[in-house]
Amino acid sequence: MRLLNRSAASISRHRRRRGAGLVLLLMGLLLSGGLYAAFSPSSTADDARTQAEMVENGRRLFLTGCASCHGQNAEGLTTINGQMIGPSLVGVGAAAVDFQVGTGRMPMAFPGVQAPEKPEVYNEEEVADLAAYVASLAPGPAIPSEEDYSTEGMSEEEKEAAIVRGGQIFLTNCTACHNFTGAGGAMPHGGYAPSLLETDPKHIYEAMLTGPQSMDVFSNGNIPPEAKKDVIAYIESMREQPGYGGFGLGGLGPVSEGAFAWIAGIGTMVGFAVWIAAHTTRSQKKKGHAA
Amino acid sequence: MSSHITDTSKVATSNSSAAVAKKPSKVGAAAGWADERLGLAAMGKKNLRKVFPDHWSFMLGEIALWSFVVLLLTGVFLTLWFRPSMSEIAYNGSYDQLRGIMMSEAMASTLDISFDVRGGLLMRQMHHWAAMLFIASMMIHLLRVFFTGAHRKPRELNWVIGCLLLLLGTLEGFTGYSLPDDLLSGTGVRAADGFIKAIPVVGTYVSFFLFGGEFPGEAIIPRLYTIHVLLIPGLLLALIAAHMLLLVYHKHTQWAGPGRTEDNVVGYPMLPVYAAKAGGFFFIVFGVTAIMGATMSINAVWKFGPYDPTKVTAGSQPDWYMGWPDGALRIMPGIESHIGPYTIAWNIFLPIIVLPGLLFTVLLLLPFLEAWITGDKREHHLLQRPRNAPTRTATMVALMTLYGLFWAAGGNDIIAILFNSSINDITYFLRAAVFIGPVIAFVITRRICIALQRHDNEMLLHGYETGVIMRSADGAYSEKHLPVAPEKAYAWTVRDRGHVTSIEGPSTDGATAEDANGVPAPKGRLAGVREKVRALYYADDVQKPTAEELAEAHHHAEHEHALQAALDGHAADGHQFDDHGGSVSENPLRGGEH
Amino acid sequence: MTDVHPKINARTDALLPDPGIAEHAWRPTDVDAKAERRAERQVAGLFGLSAICTVLFVVAYVTLEPGPDGDIFLGLGASNLALGLTLGGALLFIGIGIIQWARKLMADHEIVEMRHPAASSEEDREATLAALNAGLEESGIGRRPLIRNSLLGSVALLGAPAVVLLRDLGPLPSEVVGDYQGAGLEHTVWTKGMRVVRDVVGTPIRPSEVEIGDLFNAEPEAIFPTEENGLPELHGAELQVAKSKAAIVMLRIPVDELVPGEGRENWHVDGIVAYSKICTHVGCPISLNERTTHHLLCPCHQSTFDLADSGRVVFGPAGRHLPQLPLAVDEDGYLIAQSDFTEPVGPSYWERDHDDIGEQGEADLS
Repeated sequence: MRLLNRSAASISRHRRRRGAGLVLLLMGLLLSGGLYAAFSPSSTADDARTQAEMVENGRRLFLTGCASCHGQNAEGLTTINGQMIGPSLVGVGAAAVDFQVGTGRMPMAFPGVQAPEKPEVYNEEEVADLAAYVASLAPGPAIPSEEDYSTEGMSEEEKEAAIVRGGQIFLTNCTACHNFTGAGGAMPHGGYAPSLLETDPKHIYEAMLTGPQSMDVFSNGNIPPEAKKDVIAYIESMREQPGYGGFGLGGLGPVSEGAFAWIAGIGTMVGFAVWIAAHTTRSQKKKGHAA
Repeated sequence: MSSHITDTSKVATSNSSAAVAKKPSKVGAAAGWADERLGLAAMGKKNLRKVFPDHWSFMLGEIALWSFVVLLLTGVFLTLWFRPSMSEIAYNGSYDQLRGIMMSEAMASTLDISFDVRGGLLMRQMHHWAAMLFIASMMIHLLRVFFTGAHRKPRELNWVIGCLLLLLGTLEGFTGYSLPDDLLSGTGVRAADGFIKAIPVVGTYVSFFLFGGEFPGEAIIPRLYTIHVLLIPGLLLALIAAHMLLLVYHKHTQWAGPGRTEDNVVGYPMLPVYAAKAGGFFFIVFGVTAIMGATMSINAVWKFGPYDPTKVTAGSQPDWYMGWPDGALRIMPGIESHIGPYTIAWNIFLPIIVLPGLLFTVLLLLPFLEAWITGDKREHHLLQRPRNAPTRTATMVALMTLYGLFWAAGGNDIIAILFNSSINDITYFLRAAVFIGPVIAFVITRRICIALQRHDNEMLLHGYETGVIMRSADGAYSEKHLPVAPEKAYAWTVRDRGHVTSIEGPSTDGATAEDANGVPAPKGRLAGVREKVRALYYADDVQKPTAEELAEAHHHAEHEHALQAALDGHAADGHQFDDHGGSVSENPLRGGEH
Repeated sequence: MTDVHPKINARTDALLPDPGIAEHAWRPTDVDAKAERRAERQVAGLFGLSAICTVLFVVAYVTLEPGPDGDIFLGLGASNLALGLTLGGALLFIGIGIIQWARKLMADHEIVEMRHPAASSEEDREATLAALNAGLEESGIGRRPLIRNSLLGSVALLGAPAVVLLRDLGPLPSEVVGDYQGAGLEHTVWTKGMRVVRDVVGTPIRPSEVEIGDLFNAEPEAIFPTEENGLPELHGAELQVAKSKAAIVMLRIPVDELVPGEGRENWHVDGIVAYSKICTHVGCPISLNERTTHHLLCPCHQSTFDLADSGRVVFGPAGRHLPQLPLAVDEDGYLIAQSDFTEPVGPSYWERDHDDIGEQGEADLS
């Protein structure tokens, strides 16, 4: 309910957005969860498909695309000796589905330590259907609305303050894994924290909310929704930031700087040294008096 | 001997005639004025036309020298704005993302230099790039010196000075890295505090003295600043001066070649050619550093934000020259001893305090170790080709391999991301590799060197392969070989012979060679060890051919050529190579000498 | 010219005759007046280009603004780029010009200089030795051991002031205890009943807000003094010291997965556990947590700790488990510390085991 209240507050602050009512309602439905909510008809006229249709369609997609790992009823599958094939999705919420399927991480192409980001398999509508289906199983975090992560509508001062706050939260909670530029970093046993440089703000929000793969959850009790928005504002401001000092060299810190010092720096200097000491062309002719 | 002395006079006269000033006008007057007060003429006479041999690899040390000058210049610029203070203030500069954040004055002033002083960011980046290049060029200079045997008598002390420069340069770099007080440098200082605390007995006290109490305190940055801008640069300057003075005194080494002997040095005079080339190179080094500072972002402190002991970022690494001890630290297993009430953290103390100290000592002693093993007490001014000292070359390649593996360990997280592998696996692999890798590298390098020596002998005795296939009268095919150009053959064969020693004692070359090498008669158990090490040192070393072998081979070659010449009328190919004096005619000198 | 010193080794085994220095070959610029003039123009042209770059540098300095409010060119800071490129050009063109001058126009006869052995001549050595002996003899330093030894002793003692003077660089580790809250290596600002608050924002935390899989980067309330909690303000170094030791990570682990150490059974609140964020290796803050395995990885040297198992080391160079902070809930329903850490946090040091500050040590983990 906290999220609902928050959304209502934020919507009242930003009345400009159309369709806010729809989002609000949708979130309310998803949050209260359960089949009851799922089967109640959508009240908006411009949405052609009912919630029930979405859930039903989502279930069909699930059975063909996901059930082989996550089980017929998304209860999760393990092998006889207890090895997990796919975790239970009951209660992971629509946000988790939107993140995993919306970034192409799911369905996985092959089993591995971590599901890499790849081109999406399902289109937007199908992702929404899958999300609706999984959300119908048990309550879980809902897909955030644009108000949750977008800084649009903030005044310059508000935005600036949000970026400053977000930077501190980012440096405290995120950089340890994702690196100071958001370029990503290594995790144990071949895992990695992916780069945030291209990630959609919605997906960043969902990742914090749901903790995909081996990432921690930063629930709303941990990092409040406003603070999540601040973090996204900071990440976006860093993306837009020009290279004040030149090209970023991958943003990996001293290791890449050292590599460039050796390859570009020492390479160029030695090249010049070879040129300086190289023999100049010689003439067959002799100088008048020397000949 | 006499031939090149006549050469000298010839060249010297023609050269001096070219150099005589037409009118001793203003330059002469100024020189006179200075000499009457400073007496510089005596020194100038000796040094203005001092000879420096020309080879690209002799300029690597110059990169270091000029980087140091760039560091001094840009560093002075930075001191005009940098405030080495850890007092906390709220940042109020032009960088929005940190507006209002509490940070040390050091960090705030670094941001000011980066964003509010025109050219400040450029100078900061040039300073940082130049620091990396300074140490990198010292290292490649060191490698060049060692691989070519330029560390031998009489230059051992200059090797020691060079090693001290490398050590001081590294410390200077670390203190500079720590000054901006951003998240990265603060994390580095925090790790350094951990290193210091791991020193048994005194560590905790040293840490408290250094930081003026508990980490982080308010003292460390002002203290590091003084060390960074005064103490170490002063020592560096003094040692660089000593390094250069010894270079001038010893005169530069040179590659073996026609007219180049142990007793002379052939090259260009200091004034004008060498001065121009060195001076020009200064501008080039400075210019390249400026372009790097313009285009390549380095240590973007604003992205790290101010140091906060509760924050950390992935990719927290030291600059590259501190990467290898950091790598050793990463792959060290976590061993800690608890003896009574005391703790010894071997997992920190061994890799970060003992290992660098040990390896540095080995580096420092290399020339002395080699001289002890070979027993060579002679002066050396001609450089050796790396292949002609297989054990030495292999030793350095083994050390480089060790360094490289530790280095890789220092970037194991970056390697894991770039190559999609597991840090754990990389760490396990490197734990073994640092022991096995250098041994493999040693053996392989040594074998390559020996193979190259054989190849040289092959070329000297049988000439080089022309690629021309000849058919003899009875239908047999053979490839035509031509002799190596005499300059090359001479350069290859001036190297020493007679290092082959037996475990029993005197070398196989007999007592005379031993005397010439100045090796004292072996005595005692240590001498026995030395004999054994020496035998290993020279084991399988391929000697250059003897005069007899060479004469025999040439005789054989001429015989073959004669045979082939007889076939010339019938051979369909190879006509253009038939003049076996072809390579000789390319060289007018040989013709002149005969 | 001919003073070849016997100590510089003349190679006895000259296999081949020395062909001697090759005859000087002239460059096109030496023999062709046209080429010479062309080279001259080329060098002067390079110097001219340098001058142009310098002028452009000054123009860029005056016209381009640095920093976030300044000019941007192709996504790069225009001021830095322009200043660097023009400065680089100005320097490089001078350098290349001088080198071209040397390569093409300066006389390039190789000349020969004879070497001398590094050692002085025998006479010089003898004379120096004699002078040294005479000086030492006249001083009587050999004959008067009393003077010599007392001088040596007193000079050696002068090292003492140099060492003693450095004493006030900092307090002894034992001296700081009690100076400020949580002073000393064995202590932190955590005290019994102190609330756990979120880092950066400083708000207290209820157990219900901690979900399974959540990772909280948290601090003691003392870092964020407010009027409400009435805690004393920490300033400057004290604040930094407090932060550097007191930072924690907190997370909820399903109770059945938790393996509490001996005597630590009641240190968690329904599976919520808190550990020091300071790595026991060399002290980097550590918060790379793998949610699925509860493994916490240090970004500096990859030490990995199992948070479900009392912070045991599972990988990497760390030698000790992460210190755990005993948690409880206060009457307002917020998470609090039961006490300070029961062992020193952060890297090991020589006297670490010296002071008995609690029951918890390595023993209960095995």
